[in-house]
Amino acid sequence: MNPFRIKGRGRVNQDRPVRFTFDGKTFVGFEGDTVASALLANGEHLMGRGFKYHRPRGVVTAGSEEPNALIGTTRGPGRFEPNTRATMQEIYDELSTESQNKWPTLKFDVGAINDRLYMLFSAGFYYKTFMWPKSFWDKVYEPFIRRAAGLGRAPTELDPDHYASRYLHCDVLIVGSGPSGLAAALTAARSGASVVVVDEQSEMGGALLSEPSVDIDGDNAWGWLATTLDELASLPNVRLMSRTTAIGYYHQNMVGLCQKLTDHLSDVPVDAPRERLWRVRAGQVILAQGAIERPMVFDGNDRPGVMMAGAAQTFLHRFGVKVGDRPLILTSHDSAWHTAFDLADAGCKVAAIVDTRTDIPPALMHAAMARNIETLTGHTATATSGRLRVKSIRVNPVRGGAVGAARTIPCDAVLMCGGWTPSLHLFSHTKGSLDWDAKAKAYLPGHKTEAVHIAGAGRGLWGIAAVLEDGAKAGADALRDLGRKAGAATYAVTGDRTGAGITQKELPTDRSPGSAKAFVDFQNDVTAKDIRLAVREGMRSIEHVKRYTTNGMATDQGKLSNMNGLTIASDALGKDIPQVGLTTFRPPYTPTTFGALAGYHKGSHFEVTRKTPIDSWATEHDAAFEPVALWRRAWYFPKAGEDMHAAVNRECKATRQSLGMFDASTLGKIEVSGPDAVEFMNRMYTNPWTKLGVGRCRYGLLLGEDGFIRDDGVIGRMRDDLFHVTTTTGGAARVLNMMEDYLQTEWPDLQVWLTSTTEEWATIAINGPNARKLLAPLVEGQDMSDEAFPHMSVAECKVAGFSSRLFRISFTGELGYEVNVPARHGRALWEKLMEAGKPYDICPYGTETMHVLRAEKGYIIIGQDTDGTVTPEDAGIGWAIGKAKPDFVGKRSLSRPDIVAKGRKQLIGLLTDNPKDVLIEGAQIVLDPKQPKPMKMIGHVTSSYWSEALGRSIAMAVVEGGFDRMGDTLHIPTADGGSQAAKVTGCVFYDPAGDRLKVE
Amino acid sequence: MLLIHCPYCDDTLPELEFAYAGEAHIARPADPSKLSDEEWRDFLFIRSNPRGLHAERWRHINGCGRFFNALRDTVSDRFLTTYPAGHPRPDVTKLEAAE
Repeated sequence: MNPFRIKGRGRVNQDRPVRFTFDGKTFVGFEGDTVASALLANGEHLMGRGFKYHRPRGVVTAGSEEPNALIGTTRGPGRFEPNTRATMQEIYDELSTESQNKWPTLKFDVGAINDRLYMLFSAGFYYKTFMWPKSFWDKVYEPFIRRAAGLGRAPTELDPDHYASRYLHCDVLIVGSGPSGLAAALTAARSGASVVVVDEQSEMGGALLSEPSVDIDGDNAWGWLATTLDELASLPNVRLMSRTTAIGYYHQNMVGLCQKLTDHLSDVPVDAPRERLWRVRAGQVILAQGAIERPMVFDGNDRPGVMMAGAAQTFLHRFGVKVGDRPLILTSHDSAWHTAFDLADAGCKVAAIVDTRTDIPPALMHAAMARNIETLTGHTATATSGRLRVKSIRVNPVRGGAVGAARTIPCDAVLMCGGWTPSLHLFSHTKGSLDWDAKAKAYLPGHKTEAVHIAGAGRGLWGIAAVLEDGAKAGADALRDLGRKAGAATYAVTGDRTGAGITQKELPTDRSPGSAKAFVDFQNDVTAKDIRLAVREGMRSIEHVKRYTTNGMATDQGKLSNMNGLTIASDALGKDIPQVGLTTFRPPYTPTTFGALAGYHKGSHFEVTRKTPIDSWATEHDAAFEPVALWRRAWYFPKAGEDMHAAVNRECKATRQSLGMFDASTLGKIEVSGPDAVEFMNRMYTNPWTKLGVGRCRYGLLLGEDGFIRDDGVIGRMRDDLFHVTTTTGGAARVLNMMEDYLQTEWPDLQVWLTSTTEEWATIAINGPNARKLLAPLVEGQDMSDEAFPHMSVAECKVAGFSSRLFRISFTGELGYEVNVPARHGRALWEKLMEAGKPYDICPYGTETMHVLRAEKGYIIIGQDTDGTVTPEDAGIGWAIGKAKPDFVGKRSLSRPDIVAKGRKQLIGLLTDNPKDVLIEGAQIVLDPKQPKPMKMIGHVTSSYWSEALGRSIAMAVVEGGFDRMGDTLHIPTADGGSQAAKVTGCVFYDPAGDRLKVE
Repeated sequence: MLLIHCPYCDDTLPELEFAYAGEAHIARPADPSKLSDEEWRDFLFIRSNPRGLHAERWRHINGCGRFFNALRDTVSDRFLTTYPAGHPRPDVTKLEAAE
C-alpha cells in the first residue's frame, strides 16, 4: 500500500494496482494514477533537476502546466519520449520512466555545482559570457550551450508509431470540460446543435474532479458530473474527446486538436495510431479552459515539496494522495484555505496557513480555528530549508512595509497560491485583445476576432455556481449566433467555495534580495533578481525582458511564470502592468509530437511518387532510381558488378556507337489549341511561330517577364491551330500555370485552350546512329527518309502498331526520335523496341547518361545550368529569340540596363588541365587560387561529368564575362585546400559541326 | 486555414484549393517597348505591400482553375470580398457599410 494514499479516496481504482518504474526502481500505483500522483503516493517529491542550476525539483502542479516534473518515458522498443509531464502521463504496467538533466543520479547530481556559481548565470548570461574570446565559440561555448540547452535527450531510433489525422466540422466546439464547459455543452447539445467537447485530461470534469464538496441540483459534484456526462454521451449530436488537447486556434474558427490514443495503454491494439490530429472547423467556439494558479515568488520556492495548493487539492481528491503529512499553506487567495481544510479533514497536520493579506474573510478564520490550524496573516516567506525535500519554511510578519523577525516552521510541503491567471492562450492565438482588469488584477478577454465565447474562470469568474451559469450563457450565446433558439439552464448550487484574493510581485524579505533564489520561471531557472537585472540593464518592453532572461520561453510557454514576471518587471520599471505589455502566446498550447503534425506524411507517403508507364519494366530490370521533381526516374541500369560510373560509361558508349533508348515520359506536355494558338505561342515564347509549318518542330524558350529563362522544350505544330508543347520535367505545372495566367488575365480575348497532357503520353527517346534502322520498319504512315522526315519534324503515324506522335529530335547529338504513344501502350512499345533493337545491341539508359550526352553537346538543363538569373544571351542561346517580333513575355526586359551591362555571368565550357579531374558541381571559380581568403568568386560549375566519348572530363559553368575569357585558365579551389585548373571553352564538346544528327 | 470564396464556383472553400498570385490590378502594358526603363521597372517589381487592405490575385488551382481577385486585410487576414478577374476594385466604403 502507498504510504501517502488514503484508502477509499479519489477516483483511482484502488483495486487495480499498477507497477511501473522510475529511474529503474519499481513503484506501485493504481489504475487512474499519473506518474506524478503515483510517485507522490509513495512519498517521492523529487522528480527532476533544474535546467541551469541543477537544483533538485519536485512536482509543482497536477496538470499540463507542470514546469518541473519532466520525465523520459519508454513505452517499448523505439518508443522513447523526453520531457513528458509526469502530471499528464498515466501509468500502466511495464511503463518505464526516468528523470532528466542529472548525472550521475537524481539524488546526487554533479551539475548542481552550477547552483554555487549562481552569480555567473544571471540574466543575459549567454550574451555576456560567451562574447569573448571569439575563437572559443566553436570549441567551448557552443558545445557547452548545446549540452546545457534542453532538458531531455532526443530519441535515437526511428519512431515506429504511426499517427492519424482527420477533419471535423461542428456547430459548437467546447474546449475544457470543467463546470462551465459542461454547462455550455448541455445547453448547446440539448438544442440539437452538433457539439464537440475536448479536454486534455484522461477524465472529463475539470475542477469538479478536485472539488467534490459542492452539490449541484441536489446531487453531489461527482454524481452530477456522471449524470451530465451520461446525458452528453447518449446524444447522437455530441462527441466527447478526452486526452485531447486543443493545441492551436487558427483562422476562421479552425482549431487543431491532438488526441492521444495509446500512451496510457499497456496493450496497444495492433496498428492503432498513437495520436490523431484533428482539424476542426467550428461554427462557434467556446473556450472554457479555466485558470492557472500562480506560484509565490520567494527564496527557495523551488524546493521539492513546494507546490501549488490547487495541485495538492487535486492529488487529494482525484487521486486520494496526501502530498505531505505536515503541509504549510502560503497564500494570498481564499482558495488555498480550502486546501488546508480538506487536508486537515483528511488527517494531515497542517503546520500553518500563512497569508500575505491581513484582511481575511471571518468565515475562513473560523473554519481554521475550528480545525485548530494556526493562521499567520500579513506574513511573508523568506526562505525554505531541506536538500531533496522541504523541511521548514522561514516566515516573517510584515507591518507597514517592514519585515519583522523571522520564525522557522517545520513542514514537509509548502502549498502556495499567489492568485489565479485566466487561461487565455487559445484566445491569444486568434489575436483577440487581452484587456487589463485592474480589479481582478488579470488580463481578461477583450475584442474578439473570431466567433468565440469565453466562459468561466477564463473570464475571471470564481466559484462553481458562477461558472456554471456563465457556461450555460456562453452556450446560449453561441446558439444565438448560429441562428438557433437558445435556452440556458440554471443550476442550484450549495456548498460553493467562492473566494477572492490578490496577486503580487516577489514577496518582501529581510535578507538581501540579491542573493535570494526566488524563482519565477522554474523550467528556465529565471529568478526575480534576473528580471530586475534585465530592467536595470536597459530592457524596457516585456518582450525584451522575456528574451534577455528567457522568462516564459520554456516548453510551458510561461503558464506559471508570465504574470509573475510581468508584475515584477512592471514594479522595477515603475509602470502599471498594462503599460509594460504582454507577450503573445503561440501554438501549440502544450508540446506536440512531430508525429502528430506529420500524420500520414512520412516514409514513402511523405509525398506523391509519380511513376511512368515504363517504371515497372525498369524495376524488373534492376534500374537504380532517382527522384526528379515528384517523379521517380530510372537513373541508370547497372549490370552485374557495375557501379554507377561503369554503367553510365557503357550506356553512353552504346548510344553513341549504335542505339540507346530512354524513358522520357516525364517531360511536361501541354496542348495549346484554338484559332489564336499561334498568336498565343508568339506572345508566350521568345521564338517566332507563325512560319513554323505543320509537321515541323522547334526549340522553344520561355522567359519570365523579367527576361530570365524559365523553361524550354521542343514544340511541334500538329495542325495550324494545335501545338504540342513540351516542358521540362519539373516545370510542367509551373509553365501551365503561367500560360493560364496570361491567357485568363492579360489576353482573355484570345481563343485558346490549354490542356495538360503530360500523363496522357508515354514518351520513348531513341538515339544513336542506328535509330532510323530500328524505327523505319516499325513505322506506318510516315516516310522515314531524311528528305521526307528531316531533323526537327513531327508526324502522326503508327509505331509498332500504336498510334503515335513521332518527333525527330535529339537531346544527345545523335540521330534521334521521340515516340509518343498513349500512356497505356508505353510499356508494350518499350518491350517491342527492346526486341526489335536486339540486332543493334539496343541499350536502355537512364537520366545520368541522358545528362552526360546532352552536356557533351552543350545542351542546357533549366534549373541546373540556369538559376533564375540567366538570360538567353547569358546562356548563349540568343539565337532562340525572335528579334523581329514586336513583343513576347520578357522581351522588354532584355534591354534593361542591368541585363545589357558588361560582366554578367555567362555560360561557358571548362576543360580541366588534368583530363581525369571531374569538377564538383556547384564548386566556386576564382581567377587566382593564391589570393588571400575570402577569395573573389567569379562564378560556379553548373554541370560536370566524365565523358566516355571524349575520354576526359567536361564541365559547364557560369562565369563573370565568360564569353570574353575563351582560352583563359580559371581555378576551382577544392575542399582539401588545393585547386584545380581549367581552360575556358565553348559549351559544345562533341561533334561541334552536328554531323551525327544527319547520319544516313 | 483560411476559407476563400471562389466567385466563379460561388462556393467558400478551404485555402488548400487555392494559390496566391500576387497583387491585383497591375495590367501588363499594351506595348512594353514604349515604356522607359523606370516605368518597366515599376511594372516588374514595385508593389504596394500595404498594412491593411490589399487587392490581390488568387487562383482556384485545385478547383475550377480560374484566376480571380480578392480584397484581403493583411493584418487580420480577413477577406472582405472576392471578384472575377477583370472587374474593377470594389468600393471599400460600400463594403464596410454593408457589414
